[in-house]
Amino acid sequence: MIKTDILIIGAGPTGLFTVFEAGLLQLKCHLIDALPQPGGQCAEIYPKKPIYDIPGFPEVLAGQLVDNLMEQIKPFQPGFTLGERADTIDKLEDGTFVVTTNKGTKHNAPVVAIAGGLGSFEPRKPQLENLSRFEDKGIAYIIKEPEIYREKKVLIAGGGDSALDWSIFLADVASEVTLVHRRNEFRGALDSVEKVQQLKNQGKINLITPAEVVALQGKEKLEKVIVRKTDNPDEIDLEVDNFIPLFGLSPKLGPISEWGLEIEKNAIKVDNTLDYQTNIPGIYAIGDINTYPGKLKLILCGFHEATLMCQSAYQRIFPDKKYVMKYTTVGGVTGFDGSKKEAPKAVVKSIE
Amino acid sequence: MSDVKIKITDREGVLHEVDAPTDMNMNLMEVVRSYELAPEGTIGICGGMAMCASCQCYVKSEHELPEKSDDEEAMLAEAFFVEDNSRLGCQIHITPDLEGLEVELAPEEG
Repeated sequence: MIKTDILIIGAGPTGLFTVFEAGLLQLKCHLIDALPQPGGQCAEIYPKKPIYDIPGFPEVLAGQLVDNLMEQIKPFQPGFTLGERADTIDKLEDGTFVVTTNKGTKHNAPVVAIAGGLGSFEPRKPQLENLSRFEDKGIAYIIKEPEIYREKKVLIAGGGDSALDWSIFLADVASEVTLVHRRNEFRGALDSVEKVQQLKNQGKINLITPAEVVALQGKEKLEKVIVRKTDNPDEIDLEVDNFIPLFGLSPKLGPISEWGLEIEKNAIKVDNTLDYQTNIPGIYAIGDINTYPGKLKLILCGFHEATLMCQSAYQRIFPDKKYVMKYTTVGGVTGFDGSKKEAPKAVVKSIE
Repeated sequence: MSDVKIKITDREGVLHEVDAPTDMNMNLMEVVRSYELAPEGTIGICGGMAMCASCQCYVKSEHELPEKSDDEEAMLAEAFFVEDNSRLGCQIHITPDLEGLEVELAPEEG
């Protein structure tokens, strides 16, 4: 069981900055995120896009902002559980919470801060009948172990980088690779597009475009996929062992919506007059995932919410301790790693 | 005159005729959100970067709209429920030329 003071769900900018504000109060943090790297949307969706409304940064790339935040919080040694989605929450008799991920990792903390942004990123699933019936019986949305496709007949659908890259990779592993995309054009790194062209010319990838998968067939497991070309009503029957739709990720509020929290407008209602606490004491929601009158989904608002939330968390964890906020310019920053940053002392010396 | 009239059919099939300002640097997705014609959190999820298809709509009138950018083309190539007249609302800026535009919101992705 991972133990910490504040368990943060979501490692986007708001979640990361929480580590800093908590650290100033000597509170330790651990973050859970469904994505394999920290940074949330900033790292996953638009790392190369500029942001112009971070105070003090006339322009900063989203990816750079994440790198800066990681650097800023380093002295506070946050823990990370990445690539796992927070699934359930239980309250223990001592008033602390246990959050368990979809992979069974358990985390225990007196305070939970949900900084989940838009929710967890889940694969986008094509709208096909019987889709769920064949999930894990021939259909997968994420390739975990490429070896299971050895000598199999695989059909990949999609037009982005992951569809291209996996088609290239599996061309050497699977006995047959078919790539289906709704357009003739692919959006991906130039190298990947050219490589797929080459493999197609060599007959190692069977390319069907512009086309769509329209139906799935099979008894116990997936046996056949029906493809239709956009410009031809005839159906193409393809015998396959595996169908891998790669249509990117989309955010879903997901299991958090089952935690008994008050939800409004697909977001978690919080008390914005005080500390961004939810209807369950000890559980806070900060950043894009919360809502209150006048809410704006801005990174800068998430930073503010994180700061106030940490003060409240401190009082919750240490109800009898007296504390007042201290400026970093005055108090410096003392990391859990022994590092100390502080303003240089002025020299007092007479001039003769 | 800085407003244009736009007819928007929401996902329940209800027709709304709204005034959309041309001087606020707004796009169609933002107009839909400002009039709350689709629940918050179901439209404009990526914020208007053509990186999700939650603001997909079907253009019903004959207006000449600006060409799709590569980003919009690519997103529509992967979106669901796409028709020939599909556009991403976030990529349609409200200009005086859009007076009388008629659109219908595409269904929400499951």
